[in-house]
Amino acid sequence: MGAAGVTGVLGALAEAWGEVRVHKSRVVLSLVGVFLAVFAMTTVTALGQLMAQAQQEQSERWGGRPATISVQAYDPMTGMPPAGDTWDSAVATMIERYRMTGATSVSWGDGLYRLPGGAMQVQTRTVSPSYGPLHRIEPVQGRWFREGDRTSLSPALVVNERFGEMLGITDLSTPSTVMIGGPQPVRATIVGIVREGYEQELIVYRVAGGGGPWATASAGSDAAMYGPPSLELWVPPDQVDEVMSTVQHDLGLALPDVEVMVSRLDNSELEESMALLRLAIRGAGIVVLVLGGLGVLNIGLVTVRQRIREIGVRRSFGASSGRVFSAVMLESVCATAVAGVLAVGASIVLVRNLPLQQMLNGGVPLADNPGFPVAAAVEGLVAATAVGALAGLLPAIIAVRAKVIDAIRF
Amino acid sequence: MSLLSLRGVRREVGLPDGSRLPILTGVDLEVDAGDHVAVVGRSGSGKSTLLNILGLLDSPTGGAYLLGGEPTDRLRARRRSRLRGEVFGFVFQQFNLLPRRTAVENVAAPLLYASGRAYLTRNRAAREMLDRVGLGARADQVPERLSGGEQQRVAIARALVRRPRVVLADEPTGALDVETGARVMALLTEVTAETGAALVTITHDLSVAALADRRYSLDGGHLAPLAGDAHLLAATASRSGADGPAVAGTDDAWGRPA
Repeated sequence: MGAAGVTGVLGALAEAWGEVRVHKSRVVLSLVGVFLAVFAMTTVTALGQLMAQAQQEQSERWGGRPATISVQAYDPMTGMPPAGDTWDSAVATMIERYRMTGATSVSWGDGLYRLPGGAMQVQTRTVSPSYGPLHRIEPVQGRWFREGDRTSLSPALVVNERFGEMLGITDLSTPSTVMIGGPQPVRATIVGIVREGYEQELIVYRVAGGGGPWATASAGSDAAMYGPPSLELWVPPDQVDEVMSTVQHDLGLALPDVEVMVSRLDNSELEESMALLRLAIRGAGIVVLVLGGLGVLNIGLVTVRQRIREIGVRRSFGASSGRVFSAVMLESVCATAVAGVLAVGASIVLVRNLPLQQMLNGGVPLADNPGFPVAAAVEGLVAATAVGALAGLLPAIIAVRAKVIDAIRF
Repeated sequence: MSLLSLRGVRREVGLPDGSRLPILTGVDLEVDAGDHVAVVGRSGSGKSTLLNILGLLDSPTGGAYLLGGEPTDRLRARRRSRLRGEVFGFVFQQFNLLPRRTAVENVAAPLLYASGRAYLTRNRAAREMLDRVGLGARADQVPERLSGGEQQRVAIARALVRRPRVVLADEPTGALDVETGARVMALLTEVTAETGAALVTITHDLSVAALADRRYSLDGGHLAPLAGDAHLLAATASRSGADGPAVAGTDDAWGRPA
């Protein structure tokens, strides 16, 4: 671009900026609509993404991440699970062979805990440490289990808030313990507190002892009530059917007298419903933006007619059609881009300062907090500029097509 | 070779009933650098159309218009715009200052379409030109706070700021009282002469036309040298009798400065 080209661009920008400066009130008036539209769209998009994330994590806390498959095995005659050693060995072989990385065991049962009001039976899930990441469990205090907890002499527990309250735990910075009753009482260490359960419901997670990541907890008599322990495998969603049949086949061969049940645990329709939710949010944002853009267009059309004489005078100064077009267009684009920046800024301030985890996720920290989605910010800026360009297009065409002679005469 | 040359220029416009209305029916005119030409005529005689054609704001429907020897009918739109900005300065009857911009911003506005140094030094050039028309002290006032005469002086400064080769003035005193109009015309004539630009004034005021070196009348779409000094003198005397001196500080039969 030569010197004339550079000064041409600078001149067009200076002209556009001059227009914005001189017509402050009109510009501000037209930009209120764009500001609100971009603000609404960006905020709704950002909140929507956070909400979708919260919903997804809530769903995954229950059913695991996509795709989680649950494997259970029991003797069809007795209903009891296979012997721990046999089961662990079969599972270990299978995991080794297929190099599966996401595997966890979980068994449900009741534990007897000595609480201040007396001993109480509390639903207890004995899990391997990998259960936490697989189910996106984020403690509100303390931490989730580590591999080292398996060999600890004092079994590690993660309890829900209600359980903690009953023990009078307010802070986990100092060690908190609880006695697990039974024939051989043992003092367990509470390493974390999670926000789970309804009202008075007590929940305890206990780390599975010994073994590798798939090690089962002792099934005991609880298996009869809660079913046999299960193995959960985290597999790529597009291979889920293949993996399910392979697991069924391999474990069936390794455990000949045992019935192996393989099922998908996560909500396979979640992706679809999340996509629908995101689509609805996006649709609402676009409608809002279009309304804002129509406001800018309306004011742009009215004012370009009032400025026809001025445009005619500028033509007499030597302004070409292209220059008149770009000046009107740039004025609109510059102004809406500024409104877009302000709107995105306001949206970031709002979203960052809202107690969103309280509102969206029941106070549980998001495992993967997406923060303010960059995509929403970029989208807001692009949308604002695009609205400016579209809303400036029609007035710019009118400005170019205005008859100079008539414009300067009246 | 003339700076501007009109040869048998015609201009017609279409009417809603499909017929054609002739406005200019064969105009011949030569303008050279430094010329001061006046065209007088009644309202609706086609004076403004002639000026618009000269300033490349309009195009003839027949005949030839040569600008510096180059036929203008072959100019592309972009080059027409560029030539319009570089060669011509316009002074309008209604001043046509950009509202809410200061005098200096108004005068600098044509330089927004210039390039290089002229673009970059536009504000300084604008202030110098305002100084020249005696408005240096009011450079930062918006037009709404200036009198009619001051506004037209700003318009003259704006017309001259790009150092045009031709200044086209369309009824430059039409919106001013006689005395102010005379002062403005004297200034326009003087400043244009200083810069060596040609000045083409269209007017229906014979005392304004009297300041020109060459005077034409436009009647029935045809341009002809203005007939008879006696006729013009009588008209000037008649105005002077009614309104006082038509042109302040003038003393010859044409009302030209002494």
